[in-house]
Amino acid sequence: MARVVVDVMPKAEILDPQGKAVQGALPRLGFDGISDVRQGKRFELEVDGELTEERVAQVHRIAETLLSNPVIEDFVVHA
Amino acid sequence: MRIGVVTFPGSLDDVDARRAVRFAGGDAVALWHGEHDLHGVDAVVLPGGFSYGDYLRCGAISRFSPVMTEVIRVAEQGMPVLGICNGFQILCESHLLPGALIRNDHRKFGCVDQRLRIESNRTAWTQEYDEGVEVTLVLKNGEGGYVADEATLDMLDGEGRVVARYLGDNPNGSLRAIAGVSNAAGNVVGLMPHPEHAVEELCGPGTDGLGFFVSAIKAFANA
Repeated sequence: MARVVVDVMPKAEILDPQGKAVQGALPRLGFDGISDVRQGKRFELEVDGELTEERVAQVHRIAETLLSNPVIEDFVVHA
Repeated sequence: MRIGVVTFPGSLDDVDARRAVRFAGGDAVALWHGEHDLHGVDAVVLPGGFSYGDYLRCGAISRFSPVMTEVIRVAEQGMPVLGICNGFQILCESHLLPGALIRNDHRKFGCVDQRLRIESNRTAWTQEYDEGVEVTLVLKNGEGGYVADEATLDMLDGEGRVVARYLGDNPNGSLRAIAGVSNAAGNVVGLMPHPEHAVEELCGPGTDGLGFFVSAIKAFANA
C-alpha cells in the first residue's frame, strides 16, 4: 500500500472568499504580518499494491476528473 | 410536453419546479438521480438545492450520477435542459456550460427578490421574453459567484450567450454581473435565480419566472 497526496488550490486569479475570511480573523486574534491566506483541499489516497507509473497517472486522472475543477482550481500530486 | 425534473439526494426545489411546469401547461415527470432512465421526457430541469450535500464542490458528485450520464448525452443532441441554482452548478461541473460558480464574495448566503435583465431570448428557455426586459426572480444561494477567464467571458458576451444579468448591486460577486448563460446551441441554460419560485401572484415576487417554462413548451409545440 502506498499513500498518494493530492493538493487542490484555487487558481491565483480566482477570488478565495474562505481564505479571505481566515485572513480577516487573524488580526482580531492578535496575529499580525500575514498579508494573504488561501484555502485549499488535501486528499490522501491509499493506493493498492505497488505505486507504478501507471498508478500515478491514474491518480492524475482522478485529480483532474473529480478532485479538482480545472476551471477554478490547480492540483499537485505528491506520489 | 413532458418535462422531467431530476431529484438528487439534497434537492430542495424539485417539487416547486414540477409545479411550475404544470402551471406553464406542461406535464411534469419526476426523474431520479440513481436511474439511467429519462422516461421519454422532452426536456429536463435540474432543480436547486444542495445535491449530495455540496460535498467536494457544488455539483461535483451529482455530475457523475447515473441520470446525469443520460442528461449530458441528450443535451449534446439538442434536448432543452435548464439548470437552476444547484442545477447551474451541476451543468458547469458537467462542462455543458463554461465557467464555474464559487462562494459569494461577501461570504454570506443571500436570499432576495432580485431584479434581472433578460439579455438573450435566443435560447430554448427564454423565447417568451423580450430582449432587455427587466424581471424579478428569487435569488437564494451561498455559492452563486459566476467566474470564468477573460477569454471565456468575452466569448459569452460576443456570442450573446449571457442569458440574464443582475441589475443594481451585484448580489454575489459574479463577473460581469452574469446571472445565467447558455451553450452555443441555446438548448442548455444555467440560471442562478429561481424562476420556479415566481410563477403565481400568491407566493413569491410575481409571475416573471413562468416564461422560462412556457418558452420550452411553446418551442416544443412549434417544432
